[in-house]
Amino acid sequence: MNQADNSFRAGRRQARQLDLKHGRIELTHGAGGRAMADLIDLVFRRAFDNPLLNQANDQACFDLAAGRMVMSTDSFVISPLFFPGGDIGSLAVHGTVNDLAMGGAQPLYLTAGFILEEGLPLADLARIVDSMAAAAREAGVLVITGDTKVVERGKGDGVFINTAGIGRVAQGVDISGDRARAGNRILVSGTLGDHGVAIMSLRKGLTFETTLQSDCASLHRLVERMVNRAGSGIRVMRDPTRGGLAATLNEIADQSGVGIRLHENALPIRPEVRGACELLGLDPLNVANEGKLVAIVDADCADALLQAMREDPHGADAAIIGEVIDDPMRLVRMETRIGGERVIDWLHGEQLPRIC
Amino acid sequence: MKYIDEFRDGERARGLAQALRTEARPDRKYRLMEFCGGHTHAVFRYGIPDLLPANIELIHGPGCPVCVLPIGRLDMAIRLVCDHPEVILASYGDMLRVPGSKRRSLLHARAEGADVRMVYSVSDALELARANPDRQVVFFGIGFETTTPPTALGILEAQRGGLDNFSVFCNHVLTPAAMKAILDVPPGAGQGETLEVDGFIGPSHVSVIIGSDAYGFCARQYHKPVVIAGFEPLDVLQSILMLVRQLNEGRADIENQYTRAVTPTGNPRAQAAVSEVFELRPSFEWRGLGAIPESALGIAEAYRHYDAEHRFNMTYQAAAGTRGCECPAVLRGAKKPTDCKLFATSCTPESPLGSCMVSDEGACAAYFTYGRFRQEAVQQQARQRATHKAGRR
Repeated sequence: MNQADNSFRAGRRQARQLDLKHGRIELTHGAGGRAMADLIDLVFRRAFDNPLLNQANDQACFDLAAGRMVMSTDSFVISPLFFPGGDIGSLAVHGTVNDLAMGGAQPLYLTAGFILEEGLPLADLARIVDSMAAAAREAGVLVITGDTKVVERGKGDGVFINTAGIGRVAQGVDISGDRARAGNRILVSGTLGDHGVAIMSLRKGLTFETTLQSDCASLHRLVERMVNRAGSGIRVMRDPTRGGLAATLNEIADQSGVGIRLHENALPIRPEVRGACELLGLDPLNVANEGKLVAIVDADCADALLQAMREDPHGADAAIIGEVIDDPMRLVRMETRIGGERVIDWLHGEQLPRIC
Repeated sequence: MKYIDEFRDGERARGLAQALRTEARPDRKYRLMEFCGGHTHAVFRYGIPDLLPANIELIHGPGCPVCVLPIGRLDMAIRLVCDHPEVILASYGDMLRVPGSKRRSLLHARAEGADVRMVYSVSDALELARANPDRQVVFFGIGFETTTPPTALGILEAQRGGLDNFSVFCNHVLTPAAMKAILDVPPGAGQGETLEVDGFIGPSHVSVIIGSDAYGFCARQYHKPVVIAGFEPLDVLQSILMLVRQLNEGRADIENQYTRAVTPTGNPRAQAAVSEVFELRPSFEWRGLGAIPESALGIAEAYRHYDAEHRFNMTYQAAAGTRGCECPAVLRGAKKPTDCKLFATSCTPESPLGSCMVSDEGACAAYFTYGRFRQEAVQQQARQRATHKAGRR
């Protein structure tokens, strides 16, 4: 271990070793005693190690520069915990980072709360926490405070994670769900439905083989690029997670009091995703994404912003997919491939339980 | 995507639409019933009505298995799983949300503790039976000829494997009998009873099993043309064109547009499995169509051991539907979903009052999900809702 790796123990007694290979979460790991301190030291602090976390107080204390801040929280209860392209840990970082980024903000700090089920293998927990730490490092955010609880076997699903975060909004940016106006263009940053289909392929009773990976990724650098190119032209930004693009666009139409028209031919959807959706009777527009954003922008900035998105690795397949229209009914509609028109509605009921 | 994109090609669709505009005679109406819910779904999903001249009207038929099951049969399933704690009821997902008597669904029963599981196929139900040897697993078998052969194979497999804790609550129904019943409704029988159909867009997957010859009676007895159609938008458009041509020429033939999957005689192995395991019921109650003779299958004497109705002494009691619900007339094609006062007001996909609002294949659900902006009355209501919402902010 180098010096930085050791710093998490500053001022604390020497932690005992946990059996990270074969051990499991026990109720004592949440009881507030020595076992809990060991778990925190050897799993969480080791992974998240940073000076603010290492203050080791009940709260993290930090200074802020002047400006507008955003704050967001999200809970992650996915099953399975590990999936092609990510796991619940990386998802918990990307999810909250993206919620902050969708306000045009640079994310700064995250908190992490863990609800662990008795019996969870410590090796799984360590893998999840390490992946979370790697995602945070990659995104350039710090996990500065956290919490752990243990629930009895059968009362959780391995691990539930909550993350909250704060970020600083760039100057001159005003992004909000009620700012879409007729004439605005609608952009997506890449192919739709990858995450949902990758997860479904592992679901019990539905198992099918696919090479598809979840698109799970932090998008704040892509957002930064867009803000630098034409920040004032971005009116609305959302990441279409649960409920897919359909739910996100319906939310925006409702919030802004406008209609939306999409063009089926323009939607970027991978053949694997289309194939799986055909088989399962799903609509890719209802399927979850974890590394995509939809932006509603002034028409005169649309091409410049599309260009900026395509220059980012997370926006290579970006496309302009439609426009905002006047519509007192606030419907999202789509011109179909054969030239007809249909409503794109919210998802009714559950598509499948707990996709994200 | 190979074999899919070819049948959704915009250029070809516009070509077919152009041909329809040229060939459909302006001096007459073409009232065409798509029997299958799968077609209803495709019609709305791809916006096919936008491509048709105004005098071609599509009437939505009863071919949605969840929709036509009478409330009394659903009540039987709910009673079974509530009265017998040893029973695991394995059902296709759509069935779970359909409201039975007193608007109680299988999902409600499940929330109260009944063991109802959603399965994707009869194989899943067999798997459940193997995994739970001390429980009774009952498969809720519903559907037209498409889902019947798998149920037959499930029973045969249970017998081969000596799986004694498996049985089937059989509700499989027959397409030709229902078409006959629709054509037999006497014209002028009263409001909501009349139905004039000029021709049928024939079922896709059902026809893969039973073959195109099964519809011969439509042409011979009723002089109505049938074109068996695939489920893709070009299939539907081409079939409509074929029907228009038949009607223009005064023909009533059984034609097959879906030649890539349907043969005149169907799938003989599936038919053999079905006739081995099932027998014709003398009569069966359909939602909307009433009791139709020889329109459904029961489990044959030799396989009675696997018949849940026999094993659990299940009895049928007719039950009334929700007041004001027009599902029966919608299923007969006599009314449109938007003719129903409950449509999109108190009956929505989130809280369905009638069966046609539940399944993706139900006409009401298709209208609501894909096409409701076409309906002036609904537009009006949505506007009010929007104003109401804006006022709340």
